[in-house]
Amino acid sequence: MTLLEMHGVSKVYGSGDAEVHALRGVDLTVGAGSMVAVMGPSGSGKSTLLTIAGSLEEPTSGAVLVDGAALSGLSRNGRARLRRRVIGYVFQDFNLLPGLTAAENVALPLELDGVPQRRARSAAMGVLDELGLAERSGRYPDELSGGERQRVAIARAVVGERRLLLADEPSGALDSANGEAVMRLVHAACKRGVAAVVVTHDAQLASWADRVVFLRDGRVADRTMPPPGPESLLTPGSGR
Amino acid sequence: MSVRHALLALLSEGPKYGLQLREEFEARTGEVWPLNVGQVYTTLQRLERDGLVESDDTAEAGPQKGFRITPEGTEELADWLRTPPDLGSPPRDELVIKVLVALRVPGVDVHDVIQVHRRYLVELMQQWTRLKEDEAESDLGLALVVDAELFRLDSVVRWLDTADGRLRRAATEPPVPAPSGVPVPRLRRRVGVRR
Repeated sequence: MTLLEMHGVSKVYGSGDAEVHALRGVDLTVGAGSMVAVMGPSGSGKSTLLTIAGSLEEPTSGAVLVDGAALSGLSRNGRARLRRRVIGYVFQDFNLLPGLTAAENVALPLELDGVPQRRARSAAMGVLDELGLAERSGRYPDELSGGERQRVAIARAVVGERRLLLADEPSGALDSANGEAVMRLVHAACKRGVAAVVVTHDAQLASWADRVVFLRDGRVADRTMPPPGPESLLTPGSGR
Repeated sequence: MSVRHALLALLSEGPKYGLQLREEFEARTGEVWPLNVGQVYTTLQRLERDGLVESDDTAEAGPQKGFRITPEGTEELADWLRTPPDLGSPPRDELVIKVLVALRVPGVDVHDVIQVHRRYLVELMQQWTRLKEDEAESDLGLALVVDAELFRLDSVVRWLDTADGRLRRAATEPPVPAPSGVPVPRLRRRVGVRR
């Protein structure tokens, strides 16, 4: 099942001499259970691609379908509903609400969607438990370490029935051990059937993905081929 | 990779047979470095000749011949562990040379060349990451080897990214002339000597 389809998506900011082409005719398809990493230098259009996929911004041209629904055909409220129910967004700087505990932050999207508080909190606790944060659920963001805050942000992005996880530099300023832990969580979510798009400049994080797309000047410049199994690394003389 | 010192390290745990040494060497290095039996015995003979290991005099040569480390061997191992590898002179890096050559060949886009290598490295990193995901959790030796490979490949990708950016800037900005009177440092002649 395809969770995200982008067809010929372009985005232009400004006009006339100040016109900036952030994306130029990007095609991208991400199916359930797969992880795509988007790599590219600053200004290549990575973040714009993610915000358009997450319906936080509209493309100048082209079509975006999330879970089969064309975003252009949805009302403002329809898009907001899609963001609460289908799309989970992980921001580089976590974007947790400082006045809410970890559990309240995770439960928030469900509660906003009308799920009764008790059920929302119970779902939040379930995800926090999976991420090893059950004992920290009553803590406020400023009482958590950077790694814990990022895990809470991921919990909030996958809580409920959401099936499309969009992450912008999800390991941000985390050290490599915490960065790996974050990617293991995203990977585990994909194994449960979530589709994920991870924007990163870090090749080690990107290497967790099934496919890597390279953006350059707003265009898809290249893509990785499906790699052979890791056993080929252990066979002497198998390198190119 | 010093097989000689790896064998000394294994013998520092206690006496062992030749075949056992080979099996343990492969297991400890996450089976990433296969070792043939001949290599093990040749190395053991040299270690014995240098007085760094002793063998059971009575036993015949073969898989059942036992070896143990001598005090000189223990000292040699301790020295080797603390001796930095030769990282002082730049290695002859084929990828660096390819990028430098691509700059000079008419009709070749150096950025395309860089992207071909970047993609290949990321694909290789995907394979190493699969290995980490599948097996490294339960095998500490393998986890260390995989991390080392991932960091090594990552550093090459970062160099490619930096080279790409530097070449793009150089194409749009006029070169800055070297200030007169100040000696321009030259790369030492021995660049490319190490293999």
